[in-house]
Amino acid sequence: MANLKEVKERINSVSSTQQITKAMKMVAAAKLRRAQDKITQMRPYSQKLSAILNNISSGAEGSTDIVYARERPVERVLVVAITSDKGLCGAFNSNIVKASMLAINEKFSGKQVTVMPIGKKAFDFFKKKDFPLISDHYQLFEEVSFEPVKKAAEEVMEAFVEGTFDQVVLIYNEFKNVATQLVVQEQFLPIARVEQAEGDAQNRQEYIVEPSREYIIEELVPNSLKIQFYKAILDSNASEHGARMTAMSKATDNAAELLKDLKLVYNRTRQAAITNEILEIVAGANALEGN
Amino acid sequence: MHLEIITPDKKVFEGEVSEATFPGANGSFQVLNNHAAIISALDKGAVSYTTSSGRKSLVVEGGVVEVNDNKIIVLAEKVIA
Repeated sequence: MANLKEVKERINSVSSTQQITKAMKMVAAAKLRRAQDKITQMRPYSQKLSAILNNISSGAEGSTDIVYARERPVERVLVVAITSDKGLCGAFNSNIVKASMLAINEKFSGKQVTVMPIGKKAFDFFKKKDFPLISDHYQLFEEVSFEPVKKAAEEVMEAFVEGTFDQVVLIYNEFKNVATQLVVQEQFLPIARVEQAEGDAQNRQEYIVEPSREYIIEELVPNSLKIQFYKAILDSNASEHGARMTAMSKATDNAAELLKDLKLVYNRTRQAAITNEILEIVAGANALEGN
Repeated sequence: MHLEIITPDKKVFEGEVSEATFPGANGSFQVLNNHAAIISALDKGAVSYTTSSGRKSLVVEGGVVEVNDNKIIVLAEKVIA
């Protein structure tokens, strides 16, 4: 039979762990809501941007040559792996690391791969693996806003234009809902050509364009790329909190189950001790009577 | 006219205005009611607009403006109030 004191101590430690996981779950829930708000706030911008871009490029004669859409034979690849800064969120980070390693070893095998980790977990992993890194931007999650993300995206885009990389892929967790995150691998650069929708042509507005169509396309395409990058970061951020919420909720449930079992053991032990004591007293009394 | 100023982080302004001035890439220009449809790139500079409660101004760092059917949409990368 287990020692009464030992069981009591275990009960105490499990229940304090449960309190912590419960608190973490609630914090994650609050952060998740904020992360989702950020996504909702970004949405009008990205919708309007692509609407304007559509409007303007549907009127353009012939396709303009956009530097970000130039396809080159792929030799040097940049993998942008987006994880979180903190752990305790289930398989969230290891999924990304696994997907990145798979992509590097299979899809890009024989190519020169550079990794741009975003989030501390990715940074730690790829640093240990001795990959060539671009590590100036791995702390983007300290405070998620467009400014720092924009700088990271600009650096990537510049490197692509200069020819440092021939292809850039993003690997991140897409936010489906609180319980589901989807690991996606998305080609960031060069831009995949979008087929023009034919039906849009008749309700197209004739716009005055200043200074010129080409100038605006040149201005807007990088913008929409930055937004795509930002969206990946925001999605990953929301996914992280969702994953952590689910993980912590499970941990709380597990702790509750453990507590139930421990309490059973505790009560059983206590009862056994009492029975024992009574037995001893009765035996003692009998012995006295026998005298 | 209806004016919206949007950045990736948030909606900075939304409301009715009687006039708005933008730092166009080819020079500053003003939009009044029933302006023709226009799309223009913006330089860094002040966007100012007049609402019923007075004239306001804020600085945008590049972006684009679309005017269509008395709806003005400003997409700015960054807005400094």
